[in-house]
This record gives sequence, structure tokens and C-alpha cells, in this order.
Amino acid sequence: MAIIRRRRGSVSTTTVPFPAMTLSYIALFAWTFVVLFPLYWLAVTALKTPLDVNGGPFYVPWRDFQPTLDSWHYIFFDLREDTFRPYLNTVVVGLTSTAITVLLGSMAAYGLVRMRYRVGLGAIGSFAVAVAITVVVVIAGGPWPLGVAAGTGVFVLLLQTVARRFRRGAGNDDIAFWMISQRMLPPVATIIPIYIFFQQLQLLDTWGALIIAYTASHLPIVVWLMRDYFQSVPIELEESAAIDGASPYRIFRSIVLPLAVPGLVATFLFVLVFAWNEYLIALFLTSANAQTLPLTVAAQNATRGPQWWYMSVLILIMIGPVIAMAIALERFIARGLLVGAVKG
Amino acid sequence: MSIHASPRALRTAASWWRPVGARLDRGASLVFILPAVVVILAFSIFPLLASLYVSLSRLGFSEGGVELKFVGFGNYAKLLFGIDQPHFLGVTRPLTPVGIAVLLVIYGLFAVLLYRYARGPNRTLGGLAGRVVTTAIAGALVWLIVNTILTSGRPGTLVVTIVYVAVDVSVQYLLGLGLALLVVQHLPGRRFFRVVFLLPMMITPVGVAYLFRMLTDTSKGPLYPLWAHFGLTDVSWVTNPWGARLAVMIGDVWQWTPFIFIVLLAAIETLPHELTEAAVVDGANRWQVFWRITFPQILPATTTVVLIRIIEGFKIVDLPNVLTNGGPGTATESLTLHAYTIWRALDIGGSAAVAYMLLIVVTFVGISYVNLFRRRVTAMA
Repeated sequence: MAIIRRRRGSVSTTTVPFPAMTLSYIALFAWTFVVLFPLYWLAVTALKTPLDVNGGPFYVPWRDFQPTLDSWHYIFFDLREDTFRPYLNTVVVGLTSTAITVLLGSMAAYGLVRMRYRVGLGAIGSFAVAVAITVVVVIAGGPWPLGVAAGTGVFVLLLQTVARRFRRGAGNDDIAFWMISQRMLPPVATIIPIYIFFQQLQLLDTWGALIIAYTASHLPIVVWLMRDYFQSVPIELEESAAIDGASPYRIFRSIVLPLAVPGLVATFLFVLVFAWNEYLIALFLTSANAQTLPLTVAAQNATRGPQWWYMSVLILIMIGPVIAMAIALERFIARGLLVGAVKG
Repeated sequence: MSIHASPRALRTAASWWRPVGARLDRGASLVFILPAVVVILAFSIFPLLASLYVSLSRLGFSEGGVELKFVGFGNYAKLLFGIDQPHFLGVTRPLTPVGIAVLLVIYGLFAVLLYRYARGPNRTLGGLAGRVVTTAIAGALVWLIVNTILTSGRPGTLVVTIVYVAVDVSVQYLLGLGLALLVVQHLPGRRFFRVVFLLPMMITPVGVAYLFRMLTDTSKGPLYPLWAHFGLTDVSWVTNPWGARLAVMIGDVWQWTPFIFIVLLAAIETLPHELTEAAVVDGANRWQVFWRITFPQILPATTTVVLIRIIEGFKIVDLPNVLTNGGPGTATESLTLHAYTIWRALDIGGSAAVAYMLLIVVTFVGISYVNLFRRRVTAMA
């Protein structure tokens, strides 16, 4: 029962007949044009002077206008620190939070797919009571650590006594829906509480605050998507590994994760993109030190209107590393990993 | 939170002497899920409660600072019945014959679906009650949409947001699925397309909004010849409500089609090969292979990605904000932008109330969607 990696293209079912191929290419190139034209416009705008941008549409450098590197010079040399520090912050925060999110999220997703959970109604009720007590303590003027301690105490007490009497409970699907529902409230409503939250933890304007915030807010998406990818891994492999005495962690690490690599890579890519590009949370939680690049882009909208030329340069240098990452990782989103895994 | 996943692991207090490894194995189900649950819970519960409280109060300026005054459901009443009603719900006008026809068709459809469920084999009382409530709320929303869009009335931010989500997610899904199917074929150069198709998603949303503002500019944007041809260079296209909304939707489709594309692509690539091969050997054509084999197998991923896009789509804000500033008037304002504008006007309570209305609508849509579609799909798979 070995996992055989078959060479790509060797399967006869995947050769494409000629008419279908022509139509495919027409469609592919049409969408490529739709995708690339706005990016082309970014690239030429980054080479224009403000006069060229405002003077009317000029399409081709050298023919319609004289390209210049003025904007690039401004971003790299005049702004210098104000470009590089946000850049470093974006890289560190993006990669760290993405790694943590994908790890914790796929663990939870695997649990939700292959194990059974039941959160008793009593436990949920106890938790609600505990939260209410915490809120009362805080509103009454107590310091918040005291409130949290009181709440935790009541929670444990209720859990050990009253909560055990309830039989009904929430299952895996309910847990999953609870997770995704945490993304339903728009950030504009939650941003001030989040600000206060990190202020109390004294984490404002640090990498830590952004990493925690991004991890928590992107986890539900990772959990939901990885659930489906794990679901399509044949359970026979896990069962036979369990019979051979492998622990759940080992099955997860050595069998499930390698087989779900396409999904894992896709998830990693767009969680990275989300963290890389997040704007509103970064706007509130950071100032000078931990500022990230999306803020720098938005800051180019000056009082005299948007400075398209600087903005274009910033957007281009911002997507550079992500494109490199996508090119490097794309090969893993490929079929063939599961071929021959469950024959017979 | 007591998760009775493996009760023995929790209750065997006498087994402390056991090797740590064995104990860890027993509690594996908890180890897998608890970190994520704790992180999400710790981060979400305080903002949720705090913004609920804020939505029930009004920000006032008093001597020596600001204070939150508790006003009960005042902010919500203002949105639903008070001075903010035209902004939030829109302005309704008497129905035209077309509107009546559309309403009748949709309500008829609802009735047929309900009837079929009530007469069907696996009906339950709870299921029926849930469907009646769902139909009632959906019916009210449809009534609001028809009354503001298909008449001479004006849609409010709620209706505009629903239109954005409905159009954007359907178009993105069709495009994303089509593109994913195109690049799983073994065509030369497919790796180039796979990377290129991801590009729009990689640009920061604020950047995409400014990019589209640049592209849609009627006097110095690249489409100038087109505008000039139609004689539209003097009048800005943003003066037409549907033109402006269309621009917002095109921007959103451009940016988020890659998301659906990559999720579905990975889902198709994870599928085992045997079924497809067997079908081809048995003489199935390409359409049959897709419709009978590939599509049912990626249905779970499909429902997930559509749910995520619906939830995220309801929160659309950057494009209408930067592209049209919500205009003309409030024609392109989404719910989040609505919350944002009154937030900037320091009506923090009203802003939180709009956000909570959004939460209620999204929760309703999400729960209906999961119960009516996703449960069935995952049960099938």
C-alpha cells in the first residue's frame, strides 16, 4: 500500500483533443488579458511623471511618453526608511501569522473531520454565565484581571456541577459554524474593542498584536477549507496506519498532511495574501513601528488627490514577493499525489 | 468548555502516572481542536459583546471627555423606522406590473418548494418550522428588493449590498470554476496561467480600489477612446447609479475570482484519479466525466468557498469607498461603508447598530445556506 507518485502527463485520459484545445487557449488568453491589462497600466503608471498621468491616457512608453524612474527613486531613496520598515513588518507579520494559522487551522480541521466532539449545552450555558459575571465585574469598576478570574472560577464550578445534567449538545458542524460566524461582523464594528483589547495587553504597535489578530481572524477560513481537503483523503490509509500502531499525531503528520498538500498550499497562499494586504486592523493597531505596507499605499492619497505614480510603485513592489511565492509553490497544487494509494 | 470527545481521557484522574505520550494520544481530539478554539474565542468574545453594548448606546460629549449613554434599541429603531430608513432600507414606491409579476413568480417558487418539502418523505416538524421562518424572512427581503429596484424607488444600503453579493458571488463562481477546469487540462503553458490568474488577489484591496479608480477615469484613464466614442467624457459615469454599481461589481469580480479559482483548482487536484480513468475507459465523454464525477466530488469545497465568499462579500467596503465614495448620493454604498460613514460622523452607536444588522442578515443567510445546501451536499459525499 505504498503511495506512488506518478509522473505528470503519463495518464492517457488527460490528453486534450485539438478543437477543445483551441477553445481552451482562446478562453485562457482572454482572461489573461483581463487580468494583465490593469497590471500593465500599473506598470506604465509607475514609469510616468505626474504630468504624464494627468495629461491623458498614454499607453506605450517611449512612443507615447518618456519613461522615468522618478517615482521609484522617491520610494526607495527619499522615503527609504518609511518604505523598508513597513516592508519588513509586512514580511514578518505575514509569514509568521500565516504559518501559525495554517498549522492550528489544519489541526482543528482534521479534528473536526475525523473525530467526534460534543460541547454540552450545560457547558455553553456555564460559559455564558461566566462571561456575564466578568462583564458585571468590569462594568462595576473592577479591574479586568479580577473579572476574568471570577468568570473562570464560576465557569469551572458550574462545569463540574450543574453542567453535567444536560444531555443535549453541539456537534462538529455547530463548532465549525460557530467558527465561521466569527467573520460575519464587519471590522468597523469590532475595531475599537480590538484596539482596547491590545491596549490592555500593552501590545499596541508591535508585531505580536498583528500576528495574534490575523491568526484569530483567518483561522475560521483555514478550518473550513482544510476540512474539505482532508475529507477527500481516503480514510483507509489512516485506518491501516492506526492498526499498525501509529499515534493520531503521527497519522496526521506523516499521512494526512502530505496527501493534502495541494489544499495546504492553496490555503497557505491566500492566507498569506490576506495577512499581507490587511488594512483596517493594521491601521488601528500600529503607528510608527509596526506599520505595514497597505497603510503606506493608502497614505499616497494626499490632500491634492491620489498620487497614482507612487501608489503604482508601492503596489508593484508589494506583490513581488507574493508572486515569487506563488511561482515557487504552484507546482504542489498538482494532481498525482494520490494515484495508486488505495488500489484493491 | 467541556468537550466530551474522549471521556475516558478526561475522567481518568487516577492515571496521572501513565507515560505522558499515552495520555497525549488519548486526548488527541482535544489537542487537535483546542488551540484554534481558544484563539478564536479569546479574540472574538470581547469585541462581540463590546460592540453589542455600543450599538445600544449613543456617544455623547460631556465635560471632561466622552461618555456612552444607554439608549436601548434607539439606534436600531432609527434604521428601521426613523430618519435613517431611506438610507438603510431605501425608498419604496407602488409596484409596477413587472414588479408584481416578478414577486408572484418568486413567491410561487417558494410555495412550491415548501409544499414539496411538506409532502416529501424525510420531513420533520423542526425542519418544516425552520423552512417556514426562512421563507418568511426571505420573502420580506425579496419584497424590499423588488419594491426599491423594480419601481421608481431607491434601494438602500441593505439592498445594494445584497445585490453586490448575489451578482459578485455567482459571476466569480462561474468564472472561477471555468478557469480551474481549463487549467487542470494538460495543456502546454498551464503553469503560466495558473500563476497569472492568481495575480488580482495578491494586490491589497485598497490598492485594487485605487487601480480601478484610475482605470475608470473618463478623461485620463486607458478607456478614454471608448468614452470619447460614446461622448461620455464630460459626464462622469459615476452620475449613473447602475453604472457606478456595475463598476464596483466589476472590480470585485476581478479581484476575488482568483480565490474561488484556487480553492476549486486545489479541490480538483486532490481528487483520486481512479474514478475518472474508469469512466473514460467505459466510454464517458468529457461532459459526463465533469457532471457525473468531478462536480459531485468538489461539491463540498464548492459550498464552502461560496459560503466564505458570501460572508466576505457582505463586508465589501474598499471599492465603493475609494471608487465612487458611495455616490452618486448613496447609490453604491454597501452596509459596511454605511457603518463607516456614520462612524466618521462620530455616531459610534449608530455605526455599531448597522454592523449588527449586517451580522443578523449574514447569519440568516449563512444558517439558511448551511442547512438547505451544505448539509445535504456533505451527507451525499
